[in-house]
Amino acid sequence: MIENGGLVMSGVFSPTRARIKERTLRTDKWWLQPAITFGVLFSFVIYATFRAFENKYYFSEPLISPFYSPCLSAACEPGTALSLFGQPFNNKYFGIGISPALFILIFPLGFRMTCYYYRKAYYRAFWMSPPACAVAEPHTKYTGETRAPLILQNSHRWFFYAGLVFNVILTWDTILAFRNGDKEWGHMSVGTLVFLFSTSMLWMYSLSCHTCRHTLGGRLKHFSKHPLRYKAWTIVSVLNHKHPTFAWISLFGVASADIYVRAVASGAIPNLYFF
Amino acid sequence: MSELERHTYDVLVIGAGGAGLRAAVEAREAGLRVAIICKSLFGKAHTVMAEGGAAASMGNVNEKDNWMVHFRDTMRGGKFLNHYRMAELHAKEAPDRIWELEMWGALFDRTKEGKISQRNFGGHEYPRLAHVGDRTGLELIRTMQQKIVQLQQKDGAQYVSMESNIKVFAELTITDILKENGKISGAYGYWRETGAEVLFEAPTVIIATGGVGKTFKITSNSWEGTGDGHALALKAGANLVDMEFLQFHPTGMVWPPSVRGILVTESVRGEGGVLTNTLGERFMFKYIPDVFKNIYADNEAEADRWYVDQDNNRRPPELLPRDEVARAINSEVKAGRGSEHGGVFLDVSKRLSAEVIKKRLPSMWHQFYELAGVDITKEPMEVGPTCHYVMGGVEVDPDTAAAVGVPGLFAAGEVAGGMHGSNRLGGNSLTDLLVFGRRAGMGAAQYFKSNSKNPVSDVAIEKAREKIQAPFDRAGGENSYALHAELQEVTHNLVGIIRTKNEIEDAIVKIADIRKRSANVSVSGGRKFNPGFHLAFDLDNMLLVAESTAKSAVLREESRGGHTRDDFPGMNSMWRQINHISSFDGTEVSVREQALPVLPKELFDLFDVHELEKYMTPEEIVKGGTN
Amino acid sequence: MARMINLRIWRGDSTDGALQDVQVEANEGEVVLDVIHRVQATQIGDLAVRWNCKAGKCGSCSMEINGKPRLACMTQVAAYGAEETITVTPLRAFPVIKDLVTDVSFNYRKAMEIPAYAHPTDLAPGEARMEQIDVERSQEFRKCIECFLCQDTCHVIRDHEEKKKSFAGPRFFIRIAELDMHPLDTLRNRKKTAQEEHGLGMCNITKCCTEVCPEHIRITDNAIIPMKERVVDIKYDPVRWLGAKIRKREGIL
Repeated sequence: MIENGGLVMSGVFSPTRARIKERTLRTDKWWLQPAITFGVLFSFVIYATFRAFENKYYFSEPLISPFYSPCLSAACEPGTALSLFGQPFNNKYFGIGISPALFILIFPLGFRMTCYYYRKAYYRAFWMSPPACAVAEPHTKYTGETRAPLILQNSHRWFFYAGLVFNVILTWDTILAFRNGDKEWGHMSVGTLVFLFSTSMLWMYSLSCHTCRHTLGGRLKHFSKHPLRYKAWTIVSVLNHKHPTFAWISLFGVASADIYVRAVASGAIPNLYFF
Repeated sequence: MSELERHTYDVLVIGAGGAGLRAAVEAREAGLRVAIICKSLFGKAHTVMAEGGAAASMGNVNEKDNWMVHFRDTMRGGKFLNHYRMAELHAKEAPDRIWELEMWGALFDRTKEGKISQRNFGGHEYPRLAHVGDRTGLELIRTMQQKIVQLQQKDGAQYVSMESNIKVFAELTITDILKENGKISGAYGYWRETGAEVLFEAPTVIIATGGVGKTFKITSNSWEGTGDGHALALKAGANLVDMEFLQFHPTGMVWPPSVRGILVTESVRGEGGVLTNTLGERFMFKYIPDVFKNIYADNEAEADRWYVDQDNNRRPPELLPRDEVARAINSEVKAGRGSEHGGVFLDVSKRLSAEVIKKRLPSMWHQFYELAGVDITKEPMEVGPTCHYVMGGVEVDPDTAAAVGVPGLFAAGEVAGGMHGSNRLGGNSLTDLLVFGRRAGMGAAQYFKSNSKNPVSDVAIEKAREKIQAPFDRAGGENSYALHAELQEVTHNLVGIIRTKNEIEDAIVKIADIRKRSANVSVSGGRKFNPGFHLAFDLDNMLLVAESTAKSAVLREESRGGHTRDDFPGMNSMWRQINHISSFDGTEVSVREQALPVLPKELFDLFDVHELEKYMTPEEIVKGGTN
Repeated sequence: MARMINLRIWRGDSTDGALQDVQVEANEGEVVLDVIHRVQATQIGDLAVRWNCKAGKCGSCSMEINGKPRLACMTQVAAYGAEETITVTPLRAFPVIKDLVTDVSFNYRKAMEIPAYAHPTDLAPGEARMEQIDVERSQEFRKCIECFLCQDTCHVIRDHEEKKKSFAGPRFFIRIAELDMHPLDTLRNRKKTAQEEHGLGMCNITKCCTEVCPEHIRITDNAIIPMKERVVDIKYDPVRWLGAKIRKREGIL
């Protein structure tokens, strides 16, 4: 790097490169995509943080917000134990008053934070590294994902496994949503539909994940020796094309499930039953 | 003037296409220190444009295939004007060369048994072309490029530098091949990037510069195909053989104008593409020559059946050798049955599903979609003939690829003549590069054993230096771009796909005139990466090639393969016994006749005598080959 | 129909340079390389531009058109508005030589650093058997025409000159992936060296390489991320690491 009258002469301004003073000569709206990503992700983070600390309006028989499921702490609202595991953790370990969502959200958020697609999205939108293709980034130092904390991105597969566990739990929650407020089976409400949508999109998001693709077959050297895994890999590869789409839809899905539960639990709207 | 950059090597390979790289690998493996020189960046050679495949009788798809069948096909395709020994070596060694590539990491498409898959192609009796989709040439180049890196890594572990014994000099133009005492001593040239001059001292030089397409207006060749090697060899005292034979590939793009000439691979027809005129007529059935009547279908039903059952049906006439198809398209267009832009229609969308087309012909789909806005899975392509390949080239000894008459000079690939006779079969050029590239490397290594030194004299350096400086010293002379365009116009119109005596004679006069004016070319700007300056030397080479082509073409009074005379429409067995040899005396090219080597008895006997009767004189038939 | 277009071409060399405006004729169906050639033949005889096949197959005419890394031979003039000025500059990640030509030797040096294919020593010529499904992944990467647009757009190379030493770039990550997925390659430490010597960890998968690839190779999804996952297998996944120690599994170091 050479300092020259306050101008940092590195990257595209290095002395050997063509002398062009613009950071980019792109004439299209290259800033639009990162700006939208920033706006949407940022809103989600604000909303999720607010909801995680709110610690109420997350349960209304039979719907439990995905932000609070599985509600394993004894601090949870009564009735949420209809979730799979009961509530084995008592307040000795988890101080009263701390929202159970804080312990739960670590996993799905960790899955999304280390996701190969979201990494692209937020490196571009939040860290501007780079803001868009062929647009010079503002940083002069860069170590990529070789050092802490970013080297932890390599833990994606553990969050993927955890994410699968959560998908199973949320699937159970969705099945429970086929009951009514009196725990009778065979009913269906708007909440059921919202949950069905949210959970199925979460499954699509997880199954289309790069780690899933790798684990199922990508790591093999000879597909021909593992025909079933090759088949699975082929299917996941097709889904993998749509991974970014599933990432966004499932984010909206899970947020809308929570918003819906909050609205019902706070009494703003009733959970409308079809039958 | 600054100090001249000098390098000393055992062998100098000019050209980094398939033949050059294969020669370099062979020479290095024989222990020689090798320099590879290319006009553009490493790995951009025109070989990457080869799409269809590499012909080798491995018999993976049809086990009836063997070298003898391949040899027969090659001779037939070349109308028996091939140097039999080259065709024989090529047919015999091609499978080994393909397998060798696989050992260097090439990934060809596979058959169900996991062997290298082979596809059908014009003029080949059995499915024979090893391929990778439609980018086989790229695979060849990349594999050998990476093989060279492997050799460099091996050297790096043993010597100071990875480049100590084999080095690529990219973007360097050779302007002269130097001789001392009648033998090769090196070469002289300049870096395109800086214009700085370079001297290579080397007792052996392998020319592998490819083709001459840029001499013509409509061509599938890139800017590099300017016949440099042909001209360098002529100037160094070597001969060119049969320069009248140029292959016009039947299917080049015709629209839009900026892509006119760019190739549409023959695999489109191999995979089932059909040629039609504006009347919707599948016209190729009208153009099956007598010599091919027994192997090509004369009705649509049989031609269509062939794609599923090749043993019991004759081939569709779309798969006739390239010269036949090119002439047929030319006739259709001349008769007014051509498309709006002067071509005919090639349609693959009716026979194959969109998915299959995109899988088997990916780069064709891409090329038409992006360059012409045509979706070949739905609509036909518009195609017409384009100058594609020169069969003629440096006269060489088949076994060693040594140029006749110049000790220390070798030539391989398109720049060498003889292998393909009057017309090359598709798929034969990629294996030609490999077979004769390797032989050139071996030949050079052999020669080097007894000729390891031949220093360049100062007089030679001075002469070469003056030549490079000259265009800068002339002010207000001719523009090289304009002269090039003029030359292309002359060759296209007067020595193109259909020729007559008067027109060729006219061309000879005009070429001589352009050559006289080209001695007065001046360039603007400096030496640093100056395309106008580069073209000045390319132009000189193209003029020499065009002169040789025109002078050979006017003498050959028959039509055969890549040489069609309107005034002598038939093939003549007397002419089959004659090669045209071009040589250069420093001022002009002269052409003389030379007897074609006679087929030895064991090769003669591979053919049905009735087939040979169509090509040979009764006396030759009676003789039955040598012995 | 011919029309006049405004072209702004960067002219200069490593010492200095500037954008120069020219007016040039463009015909229907022409690509940017065609009009550059017309400028060369009629106005600026010594305008330096690299090109070869003009059919998108050799990857020579890489440059930046309106700021985007592209092949000039595959960029239609008609893709830009009638009034729009088309700006062409050399690649901005590499040292400029003259006008539109840059010094791309960095890439050839990197090519020499990737260990070559290692064929099994016990396989004679013609004996190799590979299934089509096993070669397809590597075949995708072998489509690469080495235009180096991915290298040009990669911000690690473009924006961090000092990283050129320790970072091979997307072109060579697909080369490593190609070899690691090659059914017959016998070299077993490619994952380890990818991470430790060729800088795979430096990539933050922002996908610009995939966006600019004229061959539509899915560089990030099909090569870089799978390689990153393979690196996790051997370096950052204790379970897999242990498994590999216990039974020597295929595909693992």
